[in-house]
Amino acid sequence: MSDHQLRVSKIRNGTVIDHIAAGQALNVLAILGIDGSEGYGLSIAMNVSSGRLGRKDILKIEDRELSQSEVDVLSLIAPEATINIVRDFEVIEKNRVERPDRVSGLLSCPNHNCITNADEPVETAFEVISDGVRCNYCGTIIHEDIADHLAVE
Amino acid sequence: MRHDHLISAAQLSRSDVEAVLDRAGEIADDLAAYRDSRPGLVLGLCFFEPSTRTKMSFDAAAKRLGGSTIDMGSVESSSVTKGESLADTVRVIEGYADALVLRHPSEGAAKLASDFVDVPLINAGDGAGQHPSQTLLDLYTIREENGLDDLTVGIMGDLKYGRTVHSLAAALANFEVSQHFISPESLRLPRSVRFDLHEAGAQVREHTELEPVLSELDVLYVTRIQRERFPDESEYRAVAGEYQIDADTLAAGRDDLTVMHPLPRVDEIAPDVDETDHARYFQQAHNGVPVRMALLEMLLENHGGIS
Repeated sequence: MSDHQLRVSKIRNGTVIDHIAAGQALNVLAILGIDGSEGYGLSIAMNVSSGRLGRKDILKIEDRELSQSEVDVLSLIAPEATINIVRDFEVIEKNRVERPDRVSGLLSCPNHNCITNADEPVETAFEVISDGVRCNYCGTIIHEDIADHLAVE
Repeated sequence: MRHDHLISAAQLSRSDVEAVLDRAGEIADDLAAYRDSRPGLVLGLCFFEPSTRTKMSFDAAAKRLGGSTIDMGSVESSSVTKGESLADTVRVIEGYADALVLRHPSEGAAKLASDFVDVPLINAGDGAGQHPSQTLLDLYTIREENGLDDLTVGIMGDLKYGRTVHSLAAALANFEVSQHFISPESLRLPRSVRFDLHEAGAQVREHTELEPVLSELDVLYVTRIQRERFPDESEYRAVAGEYQIDADTLAAGRDDLTVMHPLPRVDEIAPDVDETDHARYFQQAHNGVPVRMALLEMLLENHGGIS
């Protein structure tokens, strides 16, 4: 039995997100709006060894599957992640995340003078570009630490 | 030109630029012929920031086309002080006007406003973002003096916050132009502008001093280094003097060097340059009227004419 199997037990139903970049698991939970109060069974493994990534994080969330918009933002901060849907202890679907062309309403613009940070009736929108994401309104590029700009509560 | 709104110079193709400049040239050649080409036009001027040249030249352009303008006045005297959103303000004013001109202190304001209105909207400056109608008159001026291909253009000053610079750089990428950017390190072009220039395959070089490149330039476009952007007055003083030009400075440039500035200037171009053959900044400002007349006409044509 491998080291991380010992640490994180199997789940009956839900989602396993594997190959998250080391240190990003808590940001992934933030994207999903999970803080523990929802009652989902939750297992978090951080900085476990990985043949592909060196170090990685793993999340197992019982009785919760992901929406496409959640997967879209997940792809920006954990581009190597795999998402396994588990039903009755079996992995019935296994997907790599794919970078979307655009994400809406999930990131805030770091440019304090961007109109999206004023009290206007719009949600943020970012185009996904080769080296990050770009605000559709002011053009500001977020190149790194995208998770720092998550607009989720 | 096939656009409903003019938000960014990046949306303008080479043929868009040439079409506007060609029309502006026809208008400038015979201003009187266009006196009543848009009777009944009502242009809404929505200026959330102070403006002299841009506002007055749009006002003049509308009136020279036979139309009129309505003006929301200063922010202090408008409903903005009651907390009205920009989205609501422009939705109301579009009911009074055939087209809107917007200046706003926030980047992206024109893009947002255009999402809420059906009438043509022109970005007349959004914070440190874009100022595309200024760029069209800049290009008109450059074309008059130098043509728009096989050029070497230097752009100097506040490249980080200078919206006229961001728009001009994007538009010049449509042409065979070598662009040289001269600024203090702290006021280099923003990442987003450099990204676009790279994507467009533009020929770009960056410098911290004018002297090494001056003799190569056909055009030197000077902008004000904005003292208010510096956290420390001494940092401003350390760089500001490096970016001032006078007639002696230009002696090292080519005889046919064109010097431009979007104005207002403070002390970055000494008054003795005004008397040289290089100075084009006042003509540049005057060109704003025919260029904006052309722009208004073409956006309204796209939109099926005025109501």
